[in-house]
Amino acid sequence: MPSAKTLFEKVWDAHVVAEPTGRSPLIYIDLHLVHEVTSPQAFEGLRVAGRRLRQPGRTVATVDHNIPTEPRGTPITDPIAALQIATLQKNCAEFGVRLFDMDSPDQGIVHVIGPELGLTQPGSTIVCGDSHTSTHGAFGALAFGIGTSEVEHVLATQCLPQRKPKTMKIEVDGGLPEGVTAKDLALAVIGRIGTDGATGYVIEYAGEAVRALSMESRMTLCNMSIEAGARAAMVAPDEITFAYMKGRRFAPQGTDWDQAVVYWRTLASDAGGRYDKTLTIDAASLAPFVTWGTNPGMVVQITGRVPDLNGAPTETDRRATEQALQYMGLQGGTRIEEIPIDRVFIGSCTNSRIEDLRAAARVAKGYRVNPKVRAMVVPGSQTIKRAAEQEGLDRIFREAGFEWRESGCSMCLGMNPDILQPGERCASTSNRNFEGRQGRGGRTHLVSPMMAAAAAIAGHFTDIRKWKFQ
Amino acid sequence: MKPFRVHKGLVAPLDRVNVDTDQIIPKQFLKRIERTGFGEFLFYDWRSTPDGKPDPAFVLNQPRYAGSSVLVVGKNFGCGSSREHAVWAIADYGFRAVIGSSFADIYANNSTKNGLLNVQLHEEEVAELLRRAEKYDGYQLTVDLEQCNVQDDRGFLARFQMDEFVRHCLLEGLDDIGLTLQHQAEIAAYETTHATPWSKPV
Repeated sequence: MPSAKTLFEKVWDAHVVAEPTGRSPLIYIDLHLVHEVTSPQAFEGLRVAGRRLRQPGRTVATVDHNIPTEPRGTPITDPIAALQIATLQKNCAEFGVRLFDMDSPDQGIVHVIGPELGLTQPGSTIVCGDSHTSTHGAFGALAFGIGTSEVEHVLATQCLPQRKPKTMKIEVDGGLPEGVTAKDLALAVIGRIGTDGATGYVIEYAGEAVRALSMESRMTLCNMSIEAGARAAMVAPDEITFAYMKGRRFAPQGTDWDQAVVYWRTLASDAGGRYDKTLTIDAASLAPFVTWGTNPGMVVQITGRVPDLNGAPTETDRRATEQALQYMGLQGGTRIEEIPIDRVFIGSCTNSRIEDLRAAARVAKGYRVNPKVRAMVVPGSQTIKRAAEQEGLDRIFREAGFEWRESGCSMCLGMNPDILQPGERCASTSNRNFEGRQGRGGRTHLVSPMMAAAAAIAGHFTDIRKWKFQ
Repeated sequence: MKPFRVHKGLVAPLDRVNVDTDQIIPKQFLKRIERTGFGEFLFYDWRSTPDGKPDPAFVLNQPRYAGSSVLVVGKNFGCGSSREHAVWAIADYGFRAVIGSSFADIYANNSTKNGLLNVQLHEEEVAELLRRAEKYDGYQLTVDLEQCNVQDDRGFLARFQMDEFVRHCLLEGLDDIGLTLQHQAEIAAYETTHATPWSKPV
């Protein structure tokens, strides 16, 4: 009798190519996403070894990390960034890789365009030289970030030797309250288990609250799982998944689609599937969250206060808290709602999709950005930018005083000219509040798109649940 | 890849937890297209003051740790971004081994591809090594991958475990792409038997 399997086990088992004795299993990779920052040394490695791509058709590239978000056509003033982009163009041409370049109508953040183009499919294996590859797990794919040596490995062999990870089920019961989003759920999970709480595990999100999430919200949730250390995160595909995918450019068409859906329906975890760890969260107990420190696990509810040193359970925690407070320029005990901000960033592979922009625009509508705040909106892709402009979201943002920019990773990691100045404090919809992440000396607080928009207008963090929408 | 068998070297203590790869190598240095030359930018924002001068307070700038080749760190080292540049920077700076109580997944994978050994010890053992590296000038450790142990000449001895295949690759300095290519026939067979009509190459 076949034993019960989890979603992860089904996808894993379907991709084992070989199990050499004494070595890690060899896993087949269905889709490899490539960008300008983590690939040049990999292509160079192929060149040196005289190797070609095993499956150029399973490799797709775009530029996102270091491109400016000024109007397209503005020359790239940073010569090193320009060389890195030119290098990707050259490598894609030489090795036969499809590239969605700067001027492509499909350009965008790699984890935004994969799903958008229908490249991201349930039951597949997806890798990219970027830790936020976990995003694609929202479709029931096994998707994880890799380093440049592994990028080279996949380019050459379409496979990766992988130790089998452990599994963790996170069951989110009930429904998320009004004003509480997938971002808040993600921050709540990281706050609960810590930034290494899922190291070595693939998370499967399940439960009523997860089933009710849109695909874009599921992507936000899976995206942030790497911030808990997870190898990957997955959500079983369902009708919401299929409705999102149908008709997308690289999604199956016609009878292929019908066959695919039949298979995809078999992927959900069987009753009795076993996990190495389980965690249950009551969605109704959640509130909007704001990070106060220098990693995503340093997080409190909007109604809370910055922790003080007395609350730290160990000496190590106390020192980490002290270092974080010092870097962030905060006093323990300060109410979160009293913290003033200088900058707002709405964007990144976490929160730059059309639903994110709609949510932020709904908050901004009829208001003006606080005169002390500079706020920018960076859509995740050109497709999203066009859609938002068609709906008039850009007008709402512009009239409120937000900058409306071109697509890319932008101020999530500040590799392009969009950075914080030392000491500037930013409400950001991105995924990392590490020291210097958005610019040396910059202070990042992670929030949802609605919370970011509200902070832009109020000039400080404010509880979106009390917002007067206009 | 340079094989790792036994290494003895000066120890530098980096007594911080959750050191992310953004700290190990800040983003402004990720635009280079080479694998080399990252060492001078290792921990750049911690090592240098805002005007680019060395910050004397940072551990690696202290003369007593100059030339160190074993780094002892707090838990969850290497979390965050997948950038292999972090490993390139650590190795290029001159470190051969990093000792800590836990390491982030992607960082750990990247290390093994570059001959950098991450040794996982118990938290109390790491705390003791941090203490000794601060207390004793010129404190050295021998990291032995053949015997899977770490020892000093003051009586500290700790054994560690690691994945046997990873250990084998490090000991031999193996290129694992070459190993995977030995399975070309199985890869080709997989591609034939697992072809799904809907999952077509682009």
